[in-house]
Amino acid sequence: MSAGAERVEELILGNPTFSQVTNEIASPMERRPGPAWWGAFLTAASVLTLGVVLIGYTMSTGIGVWGLNRTVGWGYDITNFVFWVGIGHAGTLISAILLLFRQRWRTSIARAAEGMTIFAVLCAAIFPLIHMGRPWLAFWVFPYPNTRGPISVNFRSPLLWDVFAISTYFTVSLLFWYVGLIPDLATMRDRSTGWRRRIYAFLALGWDGGTRTWQRYEKACVLLAGLATPLVVSVHTIVSFDFATSVIPGWHTTIFPPYFVAGAVFSGFAMVITLLLVTRKVLGLERYITASHFEKMARVLLTTGMIVGFAYATELCIALYSGNRYERFTFENRAFGPYAWAYWTMVACNVLVPQVFWWARARRSALVLFVAACLVNVGMWFERFNIIVTSLHRDYLPSSWSYYTPTLVEMGILLGSFGLFFTCFLLFVRFAPVVAFHEVKLTLSEQRETAHAVR
Amino acid sequence: MPSADSAVASPMGSRRRIHTLAFDDPSRALAAVRALRADGFEVDDVHTPYAVHGMDEALGLPETRLGLATLAGGLLGAGVAFGFQFWTHAVDWPLVIGGKSPLALPAQVPVSFELTILFAAFATVGTFLARRRLFPRIAVTPPSQPGPGVTDDRFVVLVVERDAGFRPARLRELARELGPVETVEGWRVM
Repeated sequence: MSAGAERVEELILGNPTFSQVTNEIASPMERRPGPAWWGAFLTAASVLTLGVVLIGYTMSTGIGVWGLNRTVGWGYDITNFVFWVGIGHAGTLISAILLLFRQRWRTSIARAAEGMTIFAVLCAAIFPLIHMGRPWLAFWVFPYPNTRGPISVNFRSPLLWDVFAISTYFTVSLLFWYVGLIPDLATMRDRSTGWRRRIYAFLALGWDGGTRTWQRYEKACVLLAGLATPLVVSVHTIVSFDFATSVIPGWHTTIFPPYFVAGAVFSGFAMVITLLLVTRKVLGLERYITASHFEKMARVLLTTGMIVGFAYATELCIALYSGNRYERFTFENRAFGPYAWAYWTMVACNVLVPQVFWWARARRSALVLFVAACLVNVGMWFERFNIIVTSLHRDYLPSSWSYYTPTLVEMGILLGSFGLFFTCFLLFVRFAPVVAFHEVKLTLSEQRETAHAVR
Repeated sequence: MPSADSAVASPMGSRRRIHTLAFDDPSRALAAVRALRADGFEVDDVHTPYAVHGMDEALGLPETRLGLATLAGGLLGAGVAFGFQFWTHAVDWPLVIGGKSPLALPAQVPVSFELTILFAAFATVGTFLARRRLFPRIAVTPPSQPGPGVTDDRFVVLVVERDAGFRPARLRELARELGPVETVEGWRVM
């Protein structure tokens, strides 16, 4: 390699030793949690409790306690569902797609992003469940021998496809996450004592770090990444089919699958940035999750933000070009109707805000990143709200037009889902290594070799 | 010391004398494996904190066939999904929806796709765990692990005494050149 021809990029700062890596990543789990963690945990758990109580109220009283009406049959429930599924997508993108593309910068952030995926899909799963009205009969969505015929579920319904997509996505993500955790649980086992050691040993499955095991392990990870990549694309594609296959103006468009997938990655990366900015600060992981990681994520945010912006423009153009008066009305109504405030919030947050990342200084500023990522999360929630509520509230018959206003119960349940998400994430950072020991050590050794070769 | 009894039969397998060379650097461990094997020593395994690239080739391990399990799982998943949808919709309770044929193949693609992936993922992980004998354990230390350091910063090379032709003096000589941070002799059931 010619000297200086390739800039050696430091993904892990300060060239720590391997045991330093182990100690630094493991230490937040080994010391007692500080007031910051307890404060965050108690807040999240309280909000979760509020959500649980309100879901109990909804279940015992009926979904009449929500603001839905005959025209707008899907409101906060499905908006939250699509929002949370989307959040999950960044985790799989980072852990699977970037693994296949051999992007080394993924190693420091993959574990946290995968955890985020699982918790987000968990949050997402609540909403279709409770919007059924009789959630205790939710098992009816699965095909099983029954006394109703036995008539099976309708495999031609996109809603059923979604059941399979979400449950497969959750299962495979969990599997991928756990397989990635095994060697790290072994590291924790070998560091801990007492009952902690017993639990880690049980979960580490007798991992001994032998080369035969590592060889198969790496192969298994590549194969799982190869499976998770088409899976993650299929999941939001199928979520978009929930809308795209129905004959509702504003929903019935072929652009939906790619538009949904790009939007999902966009919102997911925004959530990863928000979470990791806080996590690395609180856990002192600045050496592993660096400004350069955030810079790269900001670039992804900028790119996917522009894809989403392009999709908004395409939708408007096609509505105009199609000559279909219903389609055209829906989009005029979206931009200038009663929900115009939601539409322009979405455009401002998703199209305009990410443009700040053209500037390198913005990509490297924690404050700008945090604010922009939060705004993108807001924008992406409103995107789903626009698609669902704005398309529904003024349908073919003006006599049935209405306006949907959520009740406090719905808002509380949305808050509660954030409570669940953060409760899970906070417990995760306490009990599992939030940065993968073994992947960081591999990256570190490669970084040393490259530095050596260039020198 | 090499002796005729270096392999002692035991109910669980044969106990063999092993020499462990612990390194603190992956490239030294890699060089050691190559040198030891070139000199005729049998290296049973190398325990490392992460997947050291090139170690499997240095040990002469064949390429894994794990991908076959993935393929088999995927094919099974696709077969089950298509078969079940066909059976429920076209055989067991034929339904004509929207004037379309009961066997609406395009509508069966999404569920079949998901189940293909689900089955393939389970087959991959299940085969990997089963073949490597990885399962939840009560024992807090796996018997096959040479010390707790291998999940932290130690790269441990295991040299096994296979027969009476083992040359301990030559091993000691090589070890001086290779520079392990620690060498230990012990017994191991293999």
